Amino acid sequence: MTVWTRMSATDLAGLIASGEASSEEVTKAHLDRVAAVDPQVHAFLHVDAERALDAARRVDQKRAAGEPLSPLAGVPVGVKDAFTLVDTPTTAGSKILEGWRPPYTATVVQRLLDADMVVIGKTNMDEFAMGSSTENSAYGPTHNPWDLDRVPGGSGGGSAAALAAFEVPVTIGSDTGGSIRQPAAVTGTVGVKPTYGSSSRYGLIAMASSLDQPGPCARTVLDAALLHQVMSGHDPRDSTSIDLPGPDVVSAARRCDVTGMRIGIVKEFGGDGYAPGVERRFAEAVETLADAGAEIVEVSCPHFPVALGAYYLIMPSEVSSNLARFDAMRYGHRVGDDGTRSVEQVMRLSRGAGLGAETKRRIILGTYALSSGYYDAYYGSAQKVRTLIIQDFTAAFEKVDVLVSPTTPTTAFRLGERVDDPMAMYKADLCTIPSNLAGNAAASFPAGLAPEDGLPVGVQVMAPPMRDDLLYQVGAVLEASLQARWGGPLLDQISQEGVR
Amino acid sequence: MALTHADVARLAALARIEMTDEELAHTAGQLDTILDAVAAVSQVASADVAPTSHALALTNVMRADEVKPSLPVDAVLAMAPATEDERIRVPRILQEEDE
Repeated sequence: MTVWTRMSATDLAGLIASGEASSEEVTKAHLDRVAAVDPQVHAFLHVDAERALDAARRVDQKRAAGEPLSPLAGVPVGVKDAFTLVDTPTTAGSKILEGWRPPYTATVVQRLLDADMVVIGKTNMDEFAMGSSTENSAYGPTHNPWDLDRVPGGSGGGSAAALAAFEVPVTIGSDTGGSIRQPAAVTGTVGVKPTYGSSSRYGLIAMASSLDQPGPCARTVLDAALLHQVMSGHDPRDSTSIDLPGPDVVSAARRCDVTGMRIGIVKEFGGDGYAPGVERRFAEAVETLADAGAEIVEVSCPHFPVALGAYYLIMPSEVSSNLARFDAMRYGHRVGDDGTRSVEQVMRLSRGAGLGAETKRRIILGTYALSSGYYDAYYGSAQKVRTLIIQDFTAAFEKVDVLVSPTTPTTAFRLGERVDDPMAMYKADLCTIPSNLAGNAAASFPAGLAPEDGLPVGVQVMAPPMRDDLLYQVGAVLEASLQARWGGPLLDQISQEGVR
Repeated sequence: MALTHADVARLAALARIEMTDEELAHTAGQLDTILDAVAAVSQVASADVAPTSHALALTNVMRADEVKPSLPVDAVLAMAPATEDERIRVPRILQEEDE
């Protein structure tokens, strides 16, 4: 039965469609795998086996009745706990939402269900998606399947670790500053942040609304493309949703050709602070693209080094506003309501008890950055830097088709290593943040293992807005040529210390 | 610029977050580190650069003003921490000046 859990979503869907496998047996195999390894990995916060098996049986009945099936019908999928699913516990990794069962379903999750995918559970994350390690989850960290003493990245560490541990073939995440791409990089998986506005935020518990974007996580480039196609598209319930057809990402993933493509290396991302193994694997990935016929040039994006600072003013400002809704009045965990205290006292006690340290820190930072007398110096200046970042991208995309960089400066760090050093933690997102500020498409693909620690390295590809197809075109070439070098998928190299 | 314990206490009060003295002191130190690290932002942002609040050029999205079913009352009340007579019960909101 183990064989089902090692397969791609594309292959599983093919077997289910042809009747060689039932969705029920495929789903059961994945649930068994979750039961076997998740006590060590802790990728899931909630698993609903009965609901998943019911959904799987419905797909099998549809097939038996000859009804048309979508390209991922019957395939198990994990959903980051930041997305609502009706009547299913949804916490966003926070104590303040413990026990909350939302009365509605997020649009991107509904699209998975409409495509007959089988949701098996909700994946772990840093509280309200704030963090780069999942250590800020109120329910305990997720462990990296490559080495259980290491973090799986964050905030979507659960969605990435579930893939690397073969608990589920595909998952969805949300990316505000790198929360899909950085976990993908440090777990040896694929993660895509679509163009801002191309996948709906309706039902995604908001962190920083001008930056948040749902996207696919997978073990293969084609699986990510198929999931991208299922989940994206215009949604009238999201006022920032783009009302235009998206690019054909599936054809791009199948094309697997970069002949004549102009690829720019971001000059500012490398050197001091980057692990030698990360730089070596990144250089190799670039060589691979050159060998495949791409034209490689170096491009300067002079304001990218300031993006991290601008992000840590803009994001907390939006956080301080968005998280005001968690006041424990209409929903959420209420504390201290003993009949003697005022509404304000109860709000303070509930938020004090229900929110974690990182969440409090960012709310207070945002409150400060927006306060009278400091607004111009902080939030106002950061908005100007956002303009400069967009200008850097625009100028770069006049010279090249896509930009590349390492996804994150180091491989997975140890659990506990950065929890008391916020700036060290924040630097994990140094290379991913510019694309959130500018709203363009970006992705992380596996680039091999760092020689010094044997841990995965990711290469980031950045494309212009609404050219998400270029990400998949480049990703497919990297996957094909690097797997030829490795002799198979990177995840086959997980050592005995990890979860095999 | 160093944030004092009192500054952070004031911000926490504005944000409606109860924090212990220990939490306030720890947070003040960490916020200083973060503010030092982001100081370059105001140096780069010169007067001639226009601010960007959002990656998309946003316009208001309008929809027809039609009556549609809302969430069922039962579903909304099921989420509430406390209810009374088909309504959400909250702590008292008046007479706070007496405290």
